Amino acid sequence: MATAIYGRKKHMTQAFKDDGTQVSITVLEVEPNLITAVKTEEEHGYEAVQVGFEQVAASRVNKPHAGTFAKVDAPPRRNLKELRGVSGAAGATLGADVFSEGDRVHVSAASKGKGFQGTIKRHNFNRGPISHGSHNVRAPGSVGASADPARVFPGQKMPGQMGNKNVTVRNLEVVVVDAEKGELWVRGGVPGGRGAVVNIRKAGE
Amino acid sequence: MITSENLKQPETAFRPGDTIRVDYRVTEGNRERIQSFEGLCLARKGSGIQETFVVRKNSFGVAVERIFPLHSPKIADIKMISRGSVRQSKIYYIRQKVGKKARVKKAR
Repeated sequence: MATAIYGRKKHMTQAFKDDGTQVSITVLEVEPNLITAVKTEEEHGYEAVQVGFEQVAASRVNKPHAGTFAKVDAPPRRNLKELRGVSGAAGATLGADVFSEGDRVHVSAASKGKGFQGTIKRHNFNRGPISHGSHNVRAPGSVGASADPARVFPGQKMPGQMGNKNVTVRNLEVVVVDAEKGELWVRGGVPGGRGAVVNIRKAGE
Repeated sequence: MITSENLKQPETAFRPGDTIRVDYRVTEGNRERIQSFEGLCLARKGSGIQETFVVRKNSFGVAVERIFPLHSPKIADIKMISRGSVRQSKIYYIRQKVGKKARVKKAR
C-alpha cells in the first residue's frame, strides 16, 4: 500500500550529520491530513483516499465543500485532494509520522512560474550574432523542412509558458520527522516557491 | 543523526581580530583525535546554522587559512587566546601586511 501525504514547502536550511558533514535541507510543513472519503476499486474504479488539510473558518468554504467535512463531522479544511493508492478510514488523519527517518520519498509540486518565455531561456537554444546587421538575435531558427512534410512536427520546441507545471524530484532522503511540529525535513531541493503545496510519497511503492 | 538550528552549541563570543584556538575533531581510520588550530580570526560570515569563520595562522613560515562552520559538531571547543581591537569586521587586509605591520592592536 502506498504511503503519501500533502504538505507545504516552508524554507531551506542546512543541518549537520553526526560525522560533521553538512547537508542541504528543505523543511516541509505537514499538517495532519484528514481523510474525508475513501474511493474503492469496486465503486469508483480505483483505490484512493480523499484528504483535506489546513483548517479554515466555516464561513470561508462553500456548501458542497463544507458538506464533505460534515460527513466526517470535522471542521472544514482549505484544500481537498486525493492520494492514489493510500488506504485508510474516513475520519482518520495522516501525520508526518507516516514516514520515518531514512526513508526515500518522491516530492511533487508546481514549479516556479516563469511566464511566457522564448526558446533561449525555455529550451537552452543559442542566440544569433547581435552586430553586423544581424536580425537573428533571439529568433528560434528553422522549425522544420520544406514542401515535404509541409507541416511542423508536434513537439517542436517553441516559445511558450515556462514553469508552473508539475515537477517531481525523486528519491529524496527523509532526514528528520517531527510529527508534533508537523515538519518533515528532506535532503535536497523541492520544486516550487515557499508555501507551495507539495505531494510527498514513499519511493518504490 | 542531525543537529538542527535549535541544538547549536552555545554562542562563542569571539570577533575578528581575536586570537583563538579551535579544537577540531579529526578522524584517522577509526580513531578520533583532537587537532588544534590557533590563529587570528579574520572574519565571521553568515548567520544561524550556516555561520562560518576564518582563522589565519603562520605555520613554519607559510600562512594558512582555514574556514570552519561555527556550528559543526566536529568543533570540540573554541578557546579565546587574546582579544584584539580592529576597526573592520573583515580584516583581510592583514594578508597584505608583513612583519610588524601584520599585527592587531590588543584590546584594552
